[in-house]
Amino acid sequence: MAKIDVQMVEDIAVGAALLGTGGGGDPYVGKLMAIQALQKNGPVELMEVDEVPDDALVVPAAMMGAPTVLVEKIPSGKEIFKAFDSLQNYLGKEIFAVIPIEAGGLNSMIPITVAAEKKLPLVDVDGMGRAFPELQMVTFHLYGVSATPMVLADEKGNSLLLNTINNFWTENLARNATVVMGGSVMIAIYPMYGRDLKKAGIRNIVSYSAKIGRAIREARKNGDDPIEALLKATGGYTLFKGKISDVQRRTTGGFVRGEAHIDGIDQYKGELMTIDFQNENLIARRNGKVVATVPDLICTVDAHTALPITTEGLRYGQRVFILGIPCDKKWRSEKGIETVGPRYFGYDVDYVPVEELNKG
Amino acid sequence: MEYRLGIDVGGTNTDAVLVNEMMELVASIKVPTTKDVSTGIFEALHQVLAKSNVDRKKIKYAMLGTTHATNAIVERKRLCKTAIIRIGRPATEAIAPLVAWPKDLVKAVGNHYYLIAGGNEFDGREISPLDEDELRKIAQEIKGKVESVAVVSVFSPVSSKHELRAKEILQEVLGEIPISLSHEIGSIGLIERENATVLNAALVEVARTTANGFKEALEREGVTDAKVFLCQNDGTLMSIDYAMRYPILTIACGPTNSIRGAAFLSNLENAMVLDVGGTTSDIGIISQGFPRESSIAVEIGGVRTNFRMPDLISIGLGGGTIIREENGEVKVGPDSVGYRITQEALVFGGKTITATDIAVRLGLAEVGDKEKVKELPIEFAERAYAKMQEMIDEAIDKIKTSKEPQPLVLVGGGSIIVGEKISGVSQVIRPQNFGVANALGAAIAQVSGEVDRIYSLSEMTREEALKDAKQQATNEAIKAGANPESVNIVYVEDIPLAYLPGNAVRIRVKAAGDLI
Repeated sequence: MAKIDVQMVEDIAVGAALLGTGGGGDPYVGKLMAIQALQKNGPVELMEVDEVPDDALVVPAAMMGAPTVLVEKIPSGKEIFKAFDSLQNYLGKEIFAVIPIEAGGLNSMIPITVAAEKKLPLVDVDGMGRAFPELQMVTFHLYGVSATPMVLADEKGNSLLLNTINNFWTENLARNATVVMGGSVMIAIYPMYGRDLKKAGIRNIVSYSAKIGRAIREARKNGDDPIEALLKATGGYTLFKGKISDVQRRTTGGFVRGEAHIDGIDQYKGELMTIDFQNENLIARRNGKVVATVPDLICTVDAHTALPITTEGLRYGQRVFILGIPCDKKWRSEKGIETVGPRYFGYDVDYVPVEELNKG
Repeated sequence: MEYRLGIDVGGTNTDAVLVNEMMELVASIKVPTTKDVSTGIFEALHQVLAKSNVDRKKIKYAMLGTTHATNAIVERKRLCKTAIIRIGRPATEAIAPLVAWPKDLVKAVGNHYYLIAGGNEFDGREISPLDEDELRKIAQEIKGKVESVAVVSVFSPVSSKHELRAKEILQEVLGEIPISLSHEIGSIGLIERENATVLNAALVEVARTTANGFKEALEREGVTDAKVFLCQNDGTLMSIDYAMRYPILTIACGPTNSIRGAAFLSNLENAMVLDVGGTTSDIGIISQGFPRESSIAVEIGGVRTNFRMPDLISIGLGGGTIIREENGEVKVGPDSVGYRITQEALVFGGKTITATDIAVRLGLAEVGDKEKVKELPIEFAERAYAKMQEMIDEAIDKIKTSKEPQPLVLVGGGSIIVGEKISGVSQVIRPQNFGVANALGAAIAQVSGEVDRIYSLSEMTREEALKDAKQQATNEAIKAGANPESVNIVYVEDIPLAYLPGNAVRIRVKAAGDLI
């Protein structure tokens, strides 16, 4: 069984930010919390999915709401335990382990904090294998796992137990409650048993995040090309290399939508890429032709350092490298594409796997 | 005729200029920057006055742009023992103040921090009422133990009420102690704003001694009728009183002085400015006459902060940058001969190939003895020059916000190494007196005031919010020493806040005016 220590937290933060495909928020505050929890409680056990007994209760821990609020109104640190304890009381069963719900900047860190403080293992799994904006956008949903009972808790001591008729209602009710509770809350959600997790979870995502972060860190330290190391660690496709020539953003319904235009450099000189994003990167087009779409991962990294760049951090003149990584095959099912495919986000584009779009 | 005196402390040199009321350069001088900074300032002052020989009673304004504050933080010296009061409980308990600070800096400011109930939500509601009793207890406890106080309240850029009330209560108990309020220093991002506020509070004494030292030196030189100002990092000035309230805003005023000086010398309101020194070069932007500001967190002395800083890109290329060949490849820097260039560069009879030698070899610049670089293979010089050019091209491209070619103003002693052709640049301008653009920038500066806060549009219209922000910025400019008659709004930006539900908008306004 692996142990998560401070160095691994640093690596996971980088790797998960990459898998966050431009979204997921700045992990800085989450990282400080996780490191503080590890320094107090020692390293966290990272457990394989198959080590979780079939009848053991596992619960994802996450932050919900605006990352901008969280960086200003830092958590009390107690709200996530309130959420966990309330859910455990309601279910009348001990929680066996903590799991992350997504690989994104902030939400890769919260579960580590909880696992450290509660002295529970963290399972090497999540429900996205990347970042998505809505609660029903998890592979658990595809396998019929209910998001509720869930508990939302704020720093003031309020908590809210939700029982809903389906996961879309959960998203809607929880999103509105989050606003009333101050814009950023902690949640314990999608409680499930080991047997469901084995079917519905995306495996090895924590160790995969750590591997990506480590590959970039070591390459930079040894003076090797970090982009090469990143490609090797992810098995992803090179979609483009270029210079950001324009970024357009507009805020609609609390989400930032926009496009980034990138002029090719080196082997892509004379070519053009556009990326559509809505918090996360959704569609990549090269010379007008679609080369990757959600739910496959479209990742933007600095061409020199290989460090991931969020959609908020995109700026004219940055030299970037665009990477396409195949999503977990669970997302490629009919229900998966219906839940998180390009059409769900409002694009008149069919999903075609990134490896088919980029073969030869 | 009346005169203005401008002094700017750089990494290598301290420059001083004297200009007349037509803003014409009367005299300029460069002296080496000294380790204690002040000695170099006094020397520059003394020499420029001696050289110009003007009636010292006719000097009406004296401006100083100095690195005292930066040095104090970097050296962890002369910082005030500071109490930190964070208002936000039960929120924010997960991360303690000063947690990511370097240990020696924590020691320098003392480890006195308190978390109390209060603070606001993103839309202005209270998280909890301000705990005034607790605040009074803390005030009693820190009495006599600290020299300065930093107060930071959650979402104070939305509602500053708790910070302002906290100040009143602290003053009741502590009297005239300096109190720094976070909403006046930084923007959204509690940890970064708190860090900036604590640094500001810790610098109060540095600002006082710097300003007093400068005033005394002026008096010693017979300059007794001048109003004294310090330069701040948006290219404008602040009165001594104002500087003692916001000393952190003097950090990075050197590059902004250069940018303002370049704008003045070139008569351009919008341009890029490349300031080439001996070791590094800074690229900044002059936008509507003022240096463009950065919107990202900046580290100072190992601490992450989010107060206003100029948007700059620094590259490791200057006049003294060392050029060498390694495994058949030409390497440019990152090391430099720095101030020893006049002994070590080939053209000055030295033995090290520098960027200056390359420029002279290719006939792009005329300094030193060009015979001394004759032996340098032209092919090598061309390859080195191509590398240097590439570094400049890339940095220029990074700082731009659009494809449109823009003019570039070249300043700084090392700028002779830069060629005429740069991608994305419409025109390269080399103004006269480019070597002292920074001190000129200090001498000709205006005073400004600024507001950067979040307004909730559930209580007022966008127009009302903008009006309020403009009024506040104007008031700030007047407080900083501007003539009320001459204050203009020079910059307005309003951005709806991403991820925040509801109608929250961030408004930034800057007002500037002439010296009274």
